[in-house]
Amino acid sequence: MDETQTRKVNIHVPVLARVEGEGALHLRIRGDVIETLMLQIYEPPRLFEKFLEGRSFEEVPDMVARICGICPVAYQISAVNALESLFGIDPGPWVHAMRRVLYCGEWIQSHCLHIHLLAAPDYLGYESAIAMAHDHPAIVRRGLALQGLGNDLMTLLGARSVHPVGIKVGGFHHAPRADDVAAMLARLRAALSESEALVRWTASIPMPDDEQTFTCVALRDAGEYPIHRGRITASDGLAIDAAQYDRHFTEYQVEHSTALYSQYRDQPYLVGPLARLNTSADRLPDVVQQLMHDTGVRWPSRSMFHSMVARAVEVHYALSEAAHLLENYMEVPAPAVAVTPRAGIGYGCSEAPRGLLWHRYQVDAEGLIVDARIVPPTSQNQARIEEDLRLSLQDFGLRHSDEELRLHCEKVIRNYDPCISCATHFLKLHAERL
Amino acid sequence: MESTAKPKVAVHKFSSCDGCQLAFLNLGAALMQVAELVDFTHFAEAGPLAPDAAVDIAFVEGSIATPDDLQRIARVREQSRFLVTIGACATAGGVQALRNLANAGEWIAGVYARPEHIHSLDRSTPIAEHVKVDLELWGCPVNGRQVLGALRALLFGVMPAQENDKVCMECKRRQTVCVMVTRGRACMGPVTRTGCGALCPSFGRDCYACYGPAENPNTAALARRFEGLGLVPEAVARRFLFINNGAPAFRDAGLKSGERHDG
Repeated sequence: MDETQTRKVNIHVPVLARVEGEGALHLRIRGDVIETLMLQIYEPPRLFEKFLEGRSFEEVPDMVARICGICPVAYQISAVNALESLFGIDPGPWVHAMRRVLYCGEWIQSHCLHIHLLAAPDYLGYESAIAMAHDHPAIVRRGLALQGLGNDLMTLLGARSVHPVGIKVGGFHHAPRADDVAAMLARLRAALSESEALVRWTASIPMPDDEQTFTCVALRDAGEYPIHRGRITASDGLAIDAAQYDRHFTEYQVEHSTALYSQYRDQPYLVGPLARLNTSADRLPDVVQQLMHDTGVRWPSRSMFHSMVARAVEVHYALSEAAHLLENYMEVPAPAVAVTPRAGIGYGCSEAPRGLLWHRYQVDAEGLIVDARIVPPTSQNQARIEEDLRLSLQDFGLRHSDEELRLHCEKVIRNYDPCISCATHFLKLHAERL
Repeated sequence: MESTAKPKVAVHKFSSCDGCQLAFLNLGAALMQVAELVDFTHFAEAGPLAPDAAVDIAFVEGSIATPDDLQRIARVREQSRFLVTIGACATAGGVQALRNLANAGEWIAGVYARPEHIHSLDRSTPIAEHVKVDLELWGCPVNGRQVLGALRALLFGVMPAQENDKVCMECKRRQTVCVMVTRGRACMGPVTRTGCGALCPSFGRDCYACYGPAENPNTAALARRFEGLGLVPEAVARRFLFINNGAPAFRDAGLKSGERHDG
């Protein structure tokens, strides 16, 4: 290898481990300059937008769940939000509360999976959570137990946690029994001390100092922390309804990715847990806000390395919120309202574990889908990840060994918890030093 | 070292939603017990990367959808004593096999501005269409009980008992009231393989066949019953052409109903 004057680096990570789906990273460095940096999403497109055409609106929640095994509820809720707004339906407070509880279950499950199985091994120096469990059994056990509780909460309302079957346009197919809810409520309350300890543990892990400037985009709601509904807002003051998304955000295709890129005012932007906490921490209960500040992190945070603490805070909040919503649970005989389809275009969004998930459906008078468009969080974050990698690598220093550079890149990428199955429309590092 | 004596297991992903791998990752404390029994040599989402290492059991999620997939699955087969497909994508092509019934090129052009950059096969196909498969686990998604059952049996050197019963049998065992008889729902239970626990009928709704066709499914009789419930032929076709549209029994029934509509 030519080490005489300018070091040439060529890093190629053909399969990124510990991410959801398939991606790769190509990095080419000449001396002190990054020549090429590409996050390549090569997972084949599954063309859901086309499958949806000609289907009845009633089939949509079961169909769109299949886009992602980790966040199926997010797809179901964004879809029913879009269709219900088109049909002029409000399913009422019981349905809203139970959808929020189901969604809390998905956040707990997805965030705990990411913190323990995907992200933490980087910082404690292990290849996997399985290897990490030998030296840190209590940490891994706690994480898997919380993940399991999230799954069980989803099962309460959806019969299973992967591709749950509870949600329909108009409400739910089924209301859980009061004694099952009471048993779940006791488990949620008992887990709150565990999730509080999880927040403190994630905050105690030393993280690189890596402040950057970026725009945060997240839903915001008048009275509650954004989960299953809200208006689309940006940290620069934008506040719009789902129907206006297209006017402010644009999607584009690049050669190296089967996921479409998104930009806002011609710039990359951030969606996800950190974006939500940065813009809506004031919507959290005082005790959760106090816990956030006890971590020593200054909020809002400009460092993506705080995304793991942000996820832990949301796990803690989701447990307390689900417990709160289930406190005075009443069984209802009909957990859904009647639905009459109507022709037109409906828009809906919600906060998937990884961020804003936007849907648009054109429907005919029979209730059949004419056209569908779905913008998932990972494709929105794609441009921001590449921008972050460039800035973060320069800041980290390009003189590190290939192995150190690769690990740093992977940490940066995992901060976004990219879900490639969703986006394909994730990572091998292809780095070249020339 | 002691760990080298453990059976080696790989989990591979092809075109899919990642949901079937979660049957492992959602096992909770049991996942750590499984990791005591076997060595996960390749399981990208969990961390270990050795896609070409020889293993005792390879679990395969996802359908074959790209030219590269064809080469990868051939290597997986060469390196694996037992190859087990997990889920509807690997076993029947998945919901994305709907493109087999349409013009995939046109569809890609409909979604992507520059379709020439998308490297995708025209058809999404099950693993068994390309290599020998030793065991197929149906379901969208498969659950922990199925993958642990298969793993346990194979570690003992036997094939696990296959569940070929219909969902109807499961409803009877669970004393779930029939949603077709009492509520007139177009339930796919009479032709669908059990294994999920008859979840949808227990929620008062129709089964939508995510576990694929049962043994000897009488799809023609069910299609007629659906018409009797007031479904137009096109709607009947959509019932069959859904999650497991690539399974021959469902594909044929769905296309037949669709033709009735066209005729």
